[in-house]
Amino acid sequence: MTEALLEIKDLKTWFKTDDGMVRAVDGVSMTIARGETLAVVGESGCGKTVTARSVLKLIDMPPGRFEAGQIVWRGRDLIPLPAADMDKIRAREIAMVFQEPMTSLNPVYTVGDQIAESLRTHHGLSRKESIDGAVEMLKLVQIPNAERRVHDYPHQFSGGMRQRVVIAIALACKPQLLIADEPTTALDVTIQAQILELLGDMKAKFGMAIMLITHAMGVVAENAQRVVVMYAGKVVEEAPVEELFGNPRHPYTQGLIRSIPRVDARTRGHARLEQIPGTVPSLLNPPAGCRFANRCRFATDPCRDSEPPLRQVAPNHKVACIL
Amino acid sequence: MSRDYLFRRILIAIPSLLGISLVLFTVLALAPGDPFGELVTNPNVPAEIRLALRAKFGLDDPVWIRYVRWLNAMLQGDWGFSFTSRMDVDTLIMQRLPTTVAVIGAAQILAIVVAIPVGVLAATRPYSLFDQIANTLAFVGFSLPTFFTGLLLILVFSIQLDWLPFVYRTDIRASGWQWWWEHIRQSIMPVTVLGLFQGASLVRYVRSSVLDVIKLDYVTTARSKGIGEPKVVTRHVVRNALIPVVTLVALQMPVVFGGAIVTEQIFRIPGIGSLLISSILANDTPVVMGVTFVFACLVVLFNLIADILYGWLDPRITFR
Repeated sequence: MTEALLEIKDLKTWFKTDDGMVRAVDGVSMTIARGETLAVVGESGCGKTVTARSVLKLIDMPPGRFEAGQIVWRGRDLIPLPAADMDKIRAREIAMVFQEPMTSLNPVYTVGDQIAESLRTHHGLSRKESIDGAVEMLKLVQIPNAERRVHDYPHQFSGGMRQRVVIAIALACKPQLLIADEPTTALDVTIQAQILELLGDMKAKFGMAIMLITHAMGVVAENAQRVVVMYAGKVVEEAPVEELFGNPRHPYTQGLIRSIPRVDARTRGHARLEQIPGTVPSLLNPPAGCRFANRCRFATDPCRDSEPPLRQVAPNHKVACIL
Repeated sequence: MSRDYLFRRILIAIPSLLGISLVLFTVLALAPGDPFGELVTNPNVPAEIRLALRAKFGLDDPVWIRYVRWLNAMLQGDWGFSFTSRMDVDTLIMQRLPTTVAVIGAAQILAIVVAIPVGVLAATRPYSLFDQIANTLAFVGFSLPTFFTGLLLILVFSIQLDWLPFVYRTDIRASGWQWWWEHIRQSIMPVTVLGLFQGASLVRYVRSSVLDVIKLDYVTTARSKGIGEPKVVTRHVVRNALIPVVTLVALQMPVVFGGAIVTEQIFRIPGIGSLLISSILANDTPVVMGVTFVFACLVVLFNLIADILYGWLDPRITFR
């Protein structure tokens, strides 16, 4: 593995609620190398978004808090970093694309303004220069008539176009890491492919690393080099993408892969799409042993007694399962 | 595009003003009380003259004829004649209006200048000590009626401490800075009473509006740009949070005028509020009609201003 750009070490982001502590992220570790695409997969509520937002410290505190762990960005731990220093990293070094393009743009400013804002802040550009920069960015993300559209408001754009604008905002300052939090979930299927292709193009152009958060295994297979599978606030498996699809070791990963719809399912003898039975355990009082045990068909007593550690099973392939 | 919008809004204001004037006129015509009531008991006025006067002013015609006549005269700039003050209604109102507008305007500005920063600061630190204090004071502020706080201030600052005059005078014999100073001194208490009363409820609205906006996705987007929290709040939160507050301020204008009538009575401000009350007591119908119509115009005007502000604050509105 080449030099690590971002290293998350045993991160615990917990939320204080009236019912007690919700352990949304409970001891997660992962690394991203320069220029690499890492996919983080898992179902809703498994802690992938909280992990991503923790990196940019976009968690509301309170109720959230960093209980333990480190987020090391280019040799520097971000958790104790003061807000002013954090603001110098945001957008300029680490940027984020959000899930919901309909709500992640401010309705009262033109898209040009919103792209130009970070250029003005981080590169000290004048108003005119920054708007020119915004036009450049809109051209890069392939918005037609960029010179004219730069003065339009978000409500004048369609969902896919807005997501292009969100990507333009994120890439305006040429960050080294782009965190894409389910960037295609809210979009039409045809638009999804366009947005993923655009992200690929941008990566080829700027060479930034991407942390791609998704629950769609198809997106993972096509875009990532390495995959981290999360379940109930924990990492359960980590492997290069071919290895993960070819030789999934964790029963949860196996279930995720089997739940991908296949056109040839009927001829292969599976009439119905497979599902993983049961639901994610409560993160208020997580079970003592393996968190997947109550949904796992291989679970035995040792699984329920103690938590399986993440262990190396092949080069670059780690799994948190005793089987 | 925005000129069309403005033009449309002004066109809509015309039928509403006509409707308001019709209702006002009908209600006043149905109300008991007669401007010539005093003449009936006056032994020096013979009955024929009384009847002739009534016929001359058309007081016994049907309501709708009198309304059309009033409207016609109104459009030609003739607002009628005050039976009690022996002068034209428009002159009378124009004498009083500047004082009212100055006091209400200053009070609204005070309310907004206090409420927006306090509401925003309280919302950005929810349940902090500052928030708790601001909330408590706001609650106290809008629970105390202006006639109570007004009298309290008079008692403390005029009677006990003798710092401020408690009767508002328009006939100040001074010029230049001295004149301004006297006016400011006598306006302090009425403006404070009205302004803080308005500001108190406004604080609560600003706070809840900011709390609604601060959780939205685009605020997170703004934070992720590293522009710093003060800019996130002023640029991305406050502007969006103010949109519903503008509606509120505009809708509150009738209440503000109502409150001003009471306040004008307490501080003896010779504004149109006290003119309204004295003319009602004197059965001076043309003045009552004139003043209420001016109030209606002001309310419509402030709604118009709110609509324009809306279009300015929220680009989505102008284009619809």
